[in-house]
Amino acid sequence: MGHTVTLSVNGTSYIRDVEPTLLLVEFLRETLSLTGTHVGCDTSQCGACTVLVDGRATKACTMLAVQADGTQVVTVEGLAKNSELHPIQRAFAKEHGLQCGFCTPGLMLTAVDFLERNPSPTDAEIRHAIEGNLCRCTGYHNIVNAIRSASAEMRQTTGARPKVAAEVNR
Amino acid sequence: MTGTATPTYIGSRVARKEDPRLITGEGTFTDDVMLQGMAYLTLVRSPHAHARIRRIDTAAAKKEPGVVAVLTGKDLEVTGMLPVFITVPSMNGSKHMPIATDKARYAGDAVAAVVADTRDAAKRAADLIAVDYEPLPVVVDASKALEAGAPILHEELGSNLVFTYPVKGGDIDKAFKDAEIKINQRIVNQRLIPNAMEPRAVTAKFEAGELTLWTTTQIPHFVQLIVALNLGLGQNKVRVIAPEVGGGFGSKLQVYAEELLVGHLAKTLGRPVKWTEERREGYLATIHGRDHVSDVELAAKRDGTILGLRVRTVANVGAYLQAFAPGIPTILHVFIVPGPYRIPAFDYEMRGAYTNTTPVDAYRGAGRPEAALLIERIMDRLADEIGMDPAEVRRKNFIPSDAFPFNTISGITYDSGDYAPALDRALAMADYKGFEKRRAEAKTRGNYRGIGISSYVEICGLAPSKANAALGVGWGGYESARIRVHATGAVQVFTGTSPHGQGHETSWAQIAADALGVSPNDIEVRHGDTFESPGMGVGTFGSRSLAVGGIAVHKAAEKVREKVVQIGAHLLEASPADIVVEGGKVFVKGVPDKAKNFGDISMAAYLANNLPDGMEPGLEATVYYDPPNFTFPFGTHIAEVEVDGETGAVQIVKYSACDDCGRQINPMIVEGQLHGGITQGIGQALYEGAVYDNDGQLLSGSMMEYHVPSAEDVPAFDLDSTVTLTNTNPLGVKGIGEAGTIGSTPAAVNAVIDALSPLGIKHIDMPLTSEKIWRAIRAAGEGRR
Repeated sequence: MGHTVTLSVNGTSYIRDVEPTLLLVEFLRETLSLTGTHVGCDTSQCGACTVLVDGRATKACTMLAVQADGTQVVTVEGLAKNSELHPIQRAFAKEHGLQCGFCTPGLMLTAVDFLERNPSPTDAEIRHAIEGNLCRCTGYHNIVNAIRSASAEMRQTTGARPKVAAEVNR
Repeated sequence: MTGTATPTYIGSRVARKEDPRLITGEGTFTDDVMLQGMAYLTLVRSPHAHARIRRIDTAAAKKEPGVVAVLTGKDLEVTGMLPVFITVPSMNGSKHMPIATDKARYAGDAVAAVVADTRDAAKRAADLIAVDYEPLPVVVDASKALEAGAPILHEELGSNLVFTYPVKGGDIDKAFKDAEIKINQRIVNQRLIPNAMEPRAVTAKFEAGELTLWTTTQIPHFVQLIVALNLGLGQNKVRVIAPEVGGGFGSKLQVYAEELLVGHLAKTLGRPVKWTEERREGYLATIHGRDHVSDVELAAKRDGTILGLRVRTVANVGAYLQAFAPGIPTILHVFIVPGPYRIPAFDYEMRGAYTNTTPVDAYRGAGRPEAALLIERIMDRLADEIGMDPAEVRRKNFIPSDAFPFNTISGITYDSGDYAPALDRALAMADYKGFEKRRAEAKTRGNYRGIGISSYVEICGLAPSKANAALGVGWGGYESARIRVHATGAVQVFTGTSPHGQGHETSWAQIAADALGVSPNDIEVRHGDTFESPGMGVGTFGSRSLAVGGIAVHKAAEKVREKVVQIGAHLLEASPADIVVEGGKVFVKGVPDKAKNFGDISMAAYLANNLPDGMEPGLEATVYYDPPNFTFPFGTHIAEVEVDGETGAVQIVKYSACDDCGRQINPMIVEGQLHGGITQGIGQALYEGAVYDNDGQLLSGSMMEYHVPSAEDVPAFDLDSTVTLTNTNPLGVKGIGEAGTIGSTPAAVNAVIDALSPLGIKHIDMPLTSEKIWRAIRAAGEGRR
């Protein structure tokens, strides 16, 4: 039998009946057609499915949709606000932090959560923060550059733009 | 560059046109294609590495709610065999059906198929299929597979020998007779699992007699061709779309069983069908890479001069020959083994063997990383043996810059090269001179520090169709491009290449922009749709896209430009020789204020009422470009590592590389290709390795056991480049997609061995995991304090 879940995704509220076995990532991709969140490994190794659940980077392949009941979820489709890109999106493009783009949504969301908790990271801290997000194309070099570059922009504009990760109380 | 005076966009760090959709989640990957009424395919795969299929009972599965169809190999023989595009001499090809009919030959070989309304229903039904297997003896090791009495995978072939591929040059016996130094070394190039981040997927629909098939591929036109031929459809009725493709690295350079099956099922079931690979399934069912064991003998003089090289290698091809598999250990490996060195005598014998393992085919570098590791390990062994600096041993044997074009002892012709400057720059970047001080300092902390050099040359840009044919490649090596300028001046480039991260939309726009005198922003590059592109595209692999496909774009743009000039001259009443095309304007030299807009010219081409006499209306051009030779990029990579004396863990503390890929179209993209390639090569050197047990079970069966490098496993990279143009093509471009992978593995391995050399350690096979190194240190008598 289905279960009813109520959750907010990218600021929109949804009430849906879901199978108890339905993964959050399947709910996002197939129920809501938000296909920007990807499935890379099914076993929470690669991080391609990372979204923000109540502000924290979460691998949506290892969370059931019913577990997300009552939460606020942000996916890559919700990063830009009123068609203005989030600094992390601009930085990934500017620094050539993506090639095939498959891991990119997960990496950006991991980075957003990380930068809102650590606004001035060292490169080593950046590398540690993203070690659960695998990328096979870029060798991480430009991803580290992108996250560093976004951190600088986000520090300058603190207060000017609402936080994505911390929009909800923890 | 013909026709293009000073390039404006070629050579610039133009921002990628691909990025806006990929950073917003708007890109569509194959698994994102959701169709009304779609059914899901799941495959039942053999748990045995070698087993006769006695009987398959599908009755229970057929009764499962939601099941649409349950099919076995016999039902699906109509989809025909999987193709092999390369035939080398003496090759014993295997019969390879999408679903095994007689026996399973590796753990993961598909034996049955289920289609259901939902993925879960398909999986539930798959679990209910009872296969009665008769397990057979298994052989995993390629050398053992060639021994008398080994279990035979394909009985009709009589043995597991796929081919024997000898390449010889010079007098090898004399070389070894004259040798003052002889080095013998067995080198294992372990099996790798490609791990493109996007798992494979296929989605298809059949409507009004036309099959549309979305697939994760590097070669959509080959998929179209084989699907059409095998399923009995006109090629004009098969539209293959490679939408966003999430990395390939050779693993999507196939026509896979699932592409034929999904196409066939969509056609016969009357509803769309999707198959999406799970990662653990992919570890079994998507091709692997490498897997060579080489016995290498080097003959040299005491002053470091190489006299000869003899190699005997067995390559493990897995259970079946895949699309390009026969060419990887042969054409793309043996010929390039001499690397950047003058080697007077060469004797290589490569043998391929079938084993009860996942098939092996191209993985980034494909044959050339195996070559580079082999020769670069042997160069370091030689340096060690004669007590010479590894940099100087290399320099001493480099092909001199005035010797190009250079005919190698293996029988190919290097187009251009200047190897010493790249070595010198890399040495300077690495502060090679100051290294011994750093080694000594590390020792005070109980650690072993080492530095490793790798000078490589690689063969890429596959390539002249006639040369391909002579080598046994069953298809031409050209590439196609079509440029269409619409009446409004909007420009579309259709390319036969099929990028999956390489940024062709940007680089091709830069190339076309310079020829057409417009901005890359005004040019749209479209790819990966066989109904849009020219009749045939060869695809993206082997670092060929720019040197072949990019040149096709350049030539098509030059043709369009020529027509723009003719129309401009006509409208401006001037000589074509005086017409300038730049900045979106067409004008007479020296009279820019009386310019026509680019769009005025294109509009005139379609209005067609005021064109030069005899000129056809319209403004588009199609080019199939077949290059005269391969291209041969080169460079030197230097890794500096520190090995933890207690744990054996390796950290790369500095990485420097100087690469030469000829003219660079977009240096930002070139660097990105290098970063990713270097990381994959480091992955092989230090972390990655597929492991089978003796029963043919893949022990490294998921990302838990197989370590894809993370951001913490690799350093930042210090890159530089030299530019040595090639005469092979008008832009002087080579290729860069695989160079990083080719250069980095030997650099990292040589660095670790150099670190451990004070312990008397001469060689350790990859991956150089902390455990392996810890054991080696202890075996050497250290670390037992």
